[in-house]
Amino acid sequence: MRPVLAIETSCDETAAAVLDGDGVVLAEAVLSQRDHAAFGGVVPEIAARAHLAHLPGMVAEVMARAGLGFDGLEAVAASSGPGLIGGLIVGSGFAKGVAMARGIRFLGINHLEAHALTARLTHGIAFPYLLLLVSGGHCQCLAIEGVGQYRRLGGTIDDAVGEAFDKVGKLLGLGWPGGPAVERLAASGDPARFALPRPLLGRAGCDFSFSGLKTAVAHLVAAYPAGPLPAQDAADIARAFQDAVAAVMADRARHALAMVPAARTLVVAGGVAANTAIRLALEKVAGAAGLDFVAPPLRLCGDNAVMVAWAAIERLRLGVSNSLDQAPRPRWPLDGADMRVPAAPTA
Amino acid sequence: MAESEITLHDLDATAGLAAVLAGKVRPGAVVLLEGPLGAGKTAFARAFLRALTGDPGLDVPSPTFTLVQSYDTPRGPVHHLDLWRLPGPQGLDELGWDELLRDIVLVEWPDRLGPYLPQGALGLRLSILDAQTRRAGLIGWTA
Repeated sequence: MRPVLAIETSCDETAAAVLDGDGVVLAEAVLSQRDHAAFGGVVPEIAARAHLAHLPGMVAEVMARAGLGFDGLEAVAASSGPGLIGGLIVGSGFAKGVAMARGIRFLGINHLEAHALTARLTHGIAFPYLLLLVSGGHCQCLAIEGVGQYRRLGGTIDDAVGEAFDKVGKLLGLGWPGGPAVERLAASGDPARFALPRPLLGRAGCDFSFSGLKTAVAHLVAAYPAGPLPAQDAADIARAFQDAVAAVMADRARHALAMVPAARTLVVAGGVAANTAIRLALEKVAGAAGLDFVAPPLRLCGDNAVMVAWAAIERLRLGVSNSLDQAPRPRWPLDGADMRVPAAPTA
Repeated sequence: MAESEITLHDLDATAGLAAVLAGKVRPGAVVLLEGPLGAGKTAFARAFLRALTGDPGLDVPSPTFTLVQSYDTPRGPVHHLDLWRLPGPQGLDELGWDELLRDIVLVEWPDRLGPYLPQGALGLRLSILDAQTRRAGLIGWTA
């Protein structure tokens, strides 16, 4: 298979990557939210204009670094949902333009599928496996049974876990992003000082809920006079919060493992996987059940185009590509019938 | 504008109020949801959308990250926005704000709207009394 060019513009990041047919990264680039913010203070995630401004130059750059012209490509792929419609239109429109102009195949990739398959690129793991996808915007647990065969076992019924970290960080007076700041603060916190609720702990299934936990933190903080919290109190609250999240995640993962006895690996992906306490809690759950534990490198846990190219390669290997009239979809559940690979071969 | 207040003793009371208010909105209505983190804005929006769709199990994730989530209801599309991550009104154009206003719109953190704040918007102002109890200020609603 010849190389594949992929584009990611579904949310904050503008990204492009070229992978060869075996999944070797020939070139990649990611322009993060922060880099965007330098360009005129436009809110990047809703600024399709920012994607549009940076994408053509970025694609030219990765193609040059890969030493390729468009004619040397097998296919061109773009994240086509779920996400913010402006960015999705820019990314998939660009990819379709290249595909049409050069007569090569196009793939509109589900962004969540790209996250779901990344561990196969980085660790070569076999189906089926369990995926916890935990980030600022995503919080779900999936059985990954084959390319296009995804079973949603549970997800958040309110806030995503990364969102809870960001909001608790805000309540504690920390900077953005909240996740790393809360973790740093929690390191010096007393785990026995405050008791916070552990939503859905022990409940059947593997749904998550973090809204009540956030509210409990807000309630603790409201008891203090206005202004910065005493440093030790803030650290103790951060620790109690992080411990509650880790306990809930471990409990939910245990339930998920029981729901998919055939799974041999537990994969955690998404920005929240950067939290050491949570990663250790999940690793312990996997170990106790005799499963391997895999966390792809953080660089590939955030939004990137390498994962989109890899998902395209997995689909191309099964003979799948998409027509140019495939529309971007702001909402696109991973367990829908349209994810299925036609005449699905055995995994 | 006249503001009336009621006390909500638990989440069920919030859901009950949401169902009543959901019965009053038509396309073009903008409902501003105000209150601090943890006040129950998203919980109100969830109950409101479930009442509008008639689906008590409707999945209503927090729109904090995606900024907007849209739903089809018997009364037309409903857009649930959360502007918490925005520093100000810049970018609302690209979110399609003008077009959204043709439908029913729920807005969390409406202080970010600045000059985009629509005339005649309805409001719900939630404040935290204790762990369970909320006070709700109703702005612009007719009986």
